[in-house]
Amino acid sequence: MTDTDEVEIPEVDSVSGSGIPIHGNDIDTDQIIPARFMKVVTFDGLGEFAFFDLRFDDDDNQKNHPMNEDRFQGSSVMVVNSNFGCGSSREHAPQALMRWGIDAIIGESFAEIFAGNCLALGIPTVTADSETIQELQAWVDENPDKEIDIDIEAEEVTYGDETIDVTVDEAQRKALVEGVWDTTALMKSNAGEVRKKAQELPYVDDAAIPEAE
Amino acid sequence: MSEGTLYDKVWDRHKVTTLPTGQDQLFIGLHLIHEVTSPQAFGMLRERDLEVAFPKLTHATVDHIVPTADQSRPYKEDAAEEMMAELEENVREAGIDFSDPTSGDQGIVHVIGPEQGLTQPGKTIVCGDSHTSTHGAFGALAFGIGTSQIRDVLATGTVAMEKQKVRKIEVNGELGEGVEAKDIILEIIRRLGTEGGVGYVYEYAGEAIENLGMEGRMSICNMSIEGGARAGYVNPDETTYEWLEETDYFQDNPEKFDELKPYWESIRSDEDAEYDDVVTIDANELEPVVTWGTTPGQGVGVTEPIPSPAELPEAKQDTARRAQEHMRVEPGETMEGYNIDVAFLGSCTNARLPDLRRAAEIIEGRQVDDDVRALVVPGSQRVQHTAEEEGLKDTFEEAGFEWRNAGCSMCLGMNEDQLEGDEASASSSNRNFVGRQGSKDGRTVLMNPQMVAAAAVTGEVTDVRELKEVTTA
Ligand code: SF4
Repeated sequence: MTDTDEVEIPEVDSVSGSGIPIHGNDIDTDQIIPARFMKVVTFDGLGEFAFFDLRFDDDDNQKNHPMNEDRFQGSSVMVVNSNFGCGSSREHAPQALMRWGIDAIIGESFAEIFAGNCLALGIPTVTADSETIQELQAWVDENPDKEIDIDIEAEEVTYGDETIDVTVDEAQRKALVEGVWDTTALMKSNAGEVRKKAQELPYVDDAAIPEAE
Repeated sequence: MSEGTLYDKVWDRHKVTTLPTGQDQLFIGLHLIHEVTSPQAFGMLRERDLEVAFPKLTHATVDHIVPTADQSRPYKEDAAEEMMAELEENVREAGIDFSDPTSGDQGIVHVIGPEQGLTQPGKTIVCGDSHTSTHGAFGALAFGIGTSQIRDVLATGTVAMEKQKVRKIEVNGELGEGVEAKDIILEIIRRLGTEGGVGYVYEYAGEAIENLGMEGRMSICNMSIEGGARAGYVNPDETTYEWLEETDYFQDNPEKFDELKPYWESIRSDEDAEYDDVVTIDANELEPVVTWGTTPGQGVGVTEPIPSPAELPEAKQDTARRAQEHMRVEPGETMEGYNIDVAFLGSCTNARLPDLRRAAEIIEGRQVDDDVRALVVPGSQRVQHTAEEEGLKDTFEEAGFEWRNAGCSMCLGMNEDQLEGDEASASSSNRNFVGRQGSKDGRTVLMNPQMVAAAAVTGEVTDVRELKEVTTA
């Protein structure tokens, strides 16, 4: 084993923060982070480019967008509609949102690769039906400074006087709550079985399997 | 749950263990990497002092940022040069094979894997790219992953995943003149929706799929992700084996072909396999499909009217309204006659040899419309060279197309090939999202490569079947 055991993986059993509503179905990752901002070899600094083309016009003047509004600066819970994060697999998308300040996303539904990328960063993507989400979006709009509490374990979201049931994908819930969402260390510890699996597969050349560490 | 499908069998053969999260740890037989999504993963590896576990099961190419006009080094654009240099350094350090532009093997990752015989039936294949689903055309289990998962694969040779459901999509009947694999998949996405495939893997079957060559099957599997399905596949058959036999890997290791064939046969879906869902499509009914909106699900037959948002399911209405405003199209009209400024023949969906050949047939003896900027960007250097030998380059250039070097190019506009202002493009690629082709006001109409050729010569969306009639009359 290497020193991967030492990597601290925090448990994420709840997230709290004020909300920011982003309206619209099928918001793709090209909108969340346009490809031209991906010409970078690290994720640092992506936050300022989140939703760039929806936030700024050709002359870099601000457009109407929640992320430009003063009242939503400091918000950390994004409330979105259906099929959020569809399209490209770029992890740059959740990285940009995270670096802008987002810690959790509540929505009607998420594209799978996007949700997986969020999980890898410890960002929960919890879902509820369309009506519930629209009510929450409207509430956030009225109450931009008020806290939303997401209880991952109990699959509940509390805001104002309301507590609503939400769904957290089972594997995601376990991973977040038990602090095993960073899978590298976990899987590295099975290196012996992995080698065995490689040896069993007919198409893997012996030469492609390195000596055991 | 499904049983006895290729998906079930390949999954079982590659499952290492079940993790505490309930996810399975899956061994990865081929990890493809490119310059955009891998550098951060190598960075994470370095931070943790980890090495690449299976460098020989990893293969690199450069495609997204590579210039398609002047490829001399250093690249004109600093950011592109930096990404390329970083990739070169990473693969050299780890001992990973790299199809770089000087090798003659470079190209879009989803074109070169199949060309070189790296893509094989019954393999698990991942890449930090959502169109990895393309490789499913060979009966591989192939899906796109994010950068943190790339780190997992680099460090451990495995990924953590949940098993999904399997939907069989049976395409019966025969495709008509001018109608292609691309139209089948655009039709599937239009019917099932852009999120219809979330939670599913798609198995494409039926007479119309079996009759397709490998390139057509790749076009279909490629766009599985546009329908929300992370992976799509076709069971391997004689067509698959014929392709494999010609590839470098099996030319160099002919004994492997006979050795592996029983494995390939064994992972085919059983006759009595159980599926979570089955959908059938009649290929006879299809016509060339074009998109009118800003998601790949917003497609319509070329002679059919564009739907009014009000007649769509409620959840789709708002997106449709905004899309129609962006595209400046009117419900009730057809897409025929929609003005085109750019014709882009390229991408991992449709830039392989047969795609270029079919498009060339249409433009033979015709000229690109004066107001259209038209470019051909072959999917790989090999496609490019063969096409040049066959005289396709000449055909395209004589008609007024620019002939470029291999890369992703205007599919996503990360290099200098981009739409400008509100230009409208007829594109053989896979995504018509706002801003996708490099300009946020740009308008993309997705279509098959023959239809792109037709649009290039007429300057508007055109039913290619009409041009064919003229040619044969
Ligand atoms: S051609 Fe387009 S879709 Fe294919 S890998 Fe390149 S950017 Fe992605």
